[in-house]
Amino acid sequence: MTTDGLVAPRPAADAAAGPLIEARGLTKHFKVGGAFSRKTLHAVDDADFQIDRREIVALVGESGSGKSTIARLLARVYRPTAGEIRYQGESLAGLRSRAQTLGYHGDVPMVFQDPFSSLNPAYRVSHGIVRGLKLHRPELDEAGRRAEAERVVEAVGLTPAGEVLGRYPHELSGGQRQRIGFAQALAYRPKLIIADEPVSMLDVSIRIGLLNVMAKLRADEGVSLLYITHDIASARYVSDRVIVMYAGHIAESGRTEDVLANPKHPYTQLLLSAVPDPRAPLLVDAGTDKGEPPRVINPTEGCRFRWRCPFAIDVCTTVTPRPRLLGIEHSAACHVATADALNAGATAPDSDNGQPTTKTGAK
Amino acid sequence: MHADITLEPTSGAPMLQVRDLTVEYATTRGAVRAVDRVDLDVDRGEFVGVVGESGCGKSTLLFAIAQLLSDPAAITGGSVAFRGQNLVTMTDKQLNALRWCDYSVVMQSAMNALNPVTTIGAQFEDAVRAHDNLSASHIRRRSVEVMELVGIDPIHLGSYPHQLSGGMRQRAMIAMALLFTPDLVIMDEPTSALDVVAQRSLMVQIKELQRRLGFAIIFVTHDMSLVSHFSDQLLVMYAGQVVEAGPTRVVFDTPSHPYSRGLLDAFPSIRGPRVPLTGIPGAPPDLGVGFDGCAFAARCTQVKNVCHVTAPDLYRVRGVESRCLQYAPDYSDAWLAAAKEAS
Amino acid sequence: MTGLLIQAPAPTEATSIAARRGRRLWTALRRSPKATVGLAIFALFCLMAVVPQLFAKESDTVALTFQPEVPPSGAHWLGTTNLGQDIYAQLIYGTRQSLLIAVVAGLFATVLSVIIGVSAAYLGGLADEVLSMLTNVFLIIPTFPLIIILSAYAGKGNLTVVLVVLIVTGWSYGANQLRAQALSLRNRDFLESARVRGERRSYVIVFEVLPTMTSLIVANFLGAALYSVLTAAGLQFLGLGDPNSASWGTMLHQSQANLALQTGMPLWSLAPGLCVALLGVSFALLNYAFDEISNPALRPVRRRRAR
Repeated sequence: MTTDGLVAPRPAADAAAGPLIEARGLTKHFKVGGAFSRKTLHAVDDADFQIDRREIVALVGESGSGKSTIARLLARVYRPTAGEIRYQGESLAGLRSRAQTLGYHGDVPMVFQDPFSSLNPAYRVSHGIVRGLKLHRPELDEAGRRAEAERVVEAVGLTPAGEVLGRYPHELSGGQRQRIGFAQALAYRPKLIIADEPVSMLDVSIRIGLLNVMAKLRADEGVSLLYITHDIASARYVSDRVIVMYAGHIAESGRTEDVLANPKHPYTQLLLSAVPDPRAPLLVDAGTDKGEPPRVINPTEGCRFRWRCPFAIDVCTTVTPRPRLLGIEHSAACHVATADALNAGATAPDSDNGQPTTKTGAK
Repeated sequence: MHADITLEPTSGAPMLQVRDLTVEYATTRGAVRAVDRVDLDVDRGEFVGVVGESGCGKSTLLFAIAQLLSDPAAITGGSVAFRGQNLVTMTDKQLNALRWCDYSVVMQSAMNALNPVTTIGAQFEDAVRAHDNLSASHIRRRSVEVMELVGIDPIHLGSYPHQLSGGMRQRAMIAMALLFTPDLVIMDEPTSALDVVAQRSLMVQIKELQRRLGFAIIFVTHDMSLVSHFSDQLLVMYAGQVVEAGPTRVVFDTPSHPYSRGLLDAFPSIRGPRVPLTGIPGAPPDLGVGFDGCAFAARCTQVKNVCHVTAPDLYRVRGVESRCLQYAPDYSDAWLAAAKEAS
Repeated sequence: MTGLLIQAPAPTEATSIAARRGRRLWTALRRSPKATVGLAIFALFCLMAVVPQLFAKESDTVALTFQPEVPPSGAHWLGTTNLGQDIYAQLIYGTRQSLLIAVVAGLFATVLSVIIGVSAAYLGGLADEVLSMLTNVFLIIPTFPLIIILSAYAGKGNLTVVLVVLIVTGWSYGANQLRAQALSLRNRDFLESARVRGERRSYVIVFEVLPTMTSLIVANFLGAALYSVLTAAGLQFLGLGDPNSASWGTMLHQSQANLALQTGMPLWSLAPGLCVALLGVSFALLNYAFDEISNPALRPVRRRRAR
């Protein structure tokens, strides 16, 4: 993190190690249909979560769950319909000047899913890295940029760095291109890298390499990562905490090992049971669920999972469940799970009075 | 070049016998061998899984078996004997008589394979009319039957593909493939566009259909762990060659080939302890350039010098076939030394 | 972390984007028969336009140099006009203007197409609506009546007017095409990556979008040039060009006025007509060839699993 006075003023840095990103009531709706339609797509509704320094958080969900929308909200590609995002204590809505916005983009870059279209085919792969350095690290001169570009390319495991930088995207394999994507993000000296399904389009034997790069970035460079995926197995491999989303809501969140060992939300349970693990037999009795993704257009109150839920009770149809703390740093938005926990005495009754108790991983 | 096999169909012979199948692409750099001398047997009602990563030739193999290759790809060797008749030497007319009635194909992406401007029902009708003369009401009845078989409300016969979800589209494709209850259904990654829950549901459905109707399946996928729960036989492909083949459980529990082992280890588990994995660094060889010796030698953790020189055949080991020199019957220290001297 | 061995062969450090593209293009052009023929014809015409003196004497085009209405012979390959000019020499010296019109009008029309089409796609919203409407209006304006009116109004024989009219009527088709292409590119990850990087919109359009559209832009240019050649010839044939200028269209006009086809001097009409057609054909062939080259994708958009 540079301290040169020429650099754009970053949002006020806090001395204490508060959370890096805090989202409260984050909501994003899109209008769908023609100009006169009243239909809105509820991509994300009322999401509360936080991301701390030096941690990898996995955001898991199927298509339509809202995970990619959250990524883009954090990257400021979309503006929230409601709710707010705070970066290091300062609200993102307060970023006005180009310098401030640029500063945020430098702190929170994004890595994309498709290795075939994430790099401009007309330029060498050094182009994106060098442009990024020009924008975000203006204190560097050309030699400095060159050196920094080589440093980040080596940090993601591509050698020899100088030669790789001189290549065109089509001369690199998919895995190599994804590494370049991470290198581009790393060049900004970011605090948080948003990785939107970075390995989904890669061959299985190559995915682990990329996941290891992510873990290495956290360990060596001190960067936090938001790893967005539909594959809960890879989420388990690399993340410290996991957030499970369904139909625009956060269904469950907590420490990865806790959530996987002891899933509270029926959707998480369904997801875990459906993951094929060659070392274990696949549970087929729950195979009646056809896996129909939810369409969240003009939704009504109530839990959005109720049609597929084997445990649904009356209240699930009328009251939208809010996340409740059901264990140590482990919360789930499910009436049935909450009732079970109350019975077991694991949580105090009505301790929140409707206020969000989303201590989703506060440390 | 094309072996003409006409076996008498005995009860013992496999329904599909692929021998020495080779497919080459004509490119500006010369012929590229996408499928290299593949052998495959499929019995009645058997579920055969073909796994491999991108570029291994599994889809090309599938298309070759179904006789769906087009320029610049062509079968340049071997035979595909379906119930004793060699498909490779058949004319289009003879193939048409077999297509859809005796074997059918389910493509990878339903959105690409289904016609977006006609209804599902109309496409079923097209498929039936292409291969048989049935009355409209008969076709309608049959369409309803297959839709119910795959678990879709027959009302969707009047729907367009974009009105159905991804999972339903794939089911519709499978329904279409079952219109004539063929003996063999060839599937090219039918679940790769689906989410994990839809995927599991579809696989269970496929297995159930197989149980009821008794057809054999050749299932191509990159997801080894998925197919492991459903297949009887497993083929692992790499760089156009079969590197391991045998009963699924044996291949899974005790993989013999270093690639299969590496591939299995590349799947992080959701149960058990969290261990660091390495995957398989590197990339498959460029088939246009060609390679000496073993195709996997560049990435193999157990490689020896001889592997770069001598190309391995398939050797029997522990009930499976494995394309690795360490299982060659004459593999010994003397041989290693001799090969080292020679290279 | 293990380093990865780079598999693909390395390009030489000194090559620039343009040079590499150029080399690939050249080999591709050489291999395609359509491209070779088109390029050969175009090169020949270029030569005739730049150094006409290599092919014929300029003095031969001056009136009354020779006997009028001489049929084709050894001295005059195509015969002479009613004013005693050597038809062959006229043809050679007429190449320059025809080619100039084609290239200049084609170029400016393409520039206009690019600016309007790509901006419409990238800016979206109201800007897109307005620009699209503008494009569509110009698209349906009947070209010839417009040209005739404008030419007659602006004064006959003004080359500038002809060029302006060609540009104004020729950009709209290309703009639609380019807009469609730019729209399909709009959500490509590398563009989103540039946006998320914090790049200004103008930078993204000029430096990230346009370089990936070069083949379509070139194809557009060839199409616009073709359109210009044919339309300009048509205008001049109708007598709306400069009657004193040397061009194929003017030759067509004069030969028609003197009823060349009926009075036994068919080559006077046919030769310039053939040249117009040939130049048009060369553009069309190059256009086809470019499609063939650019389709296998200078940029792959494969949505398969990658290595």
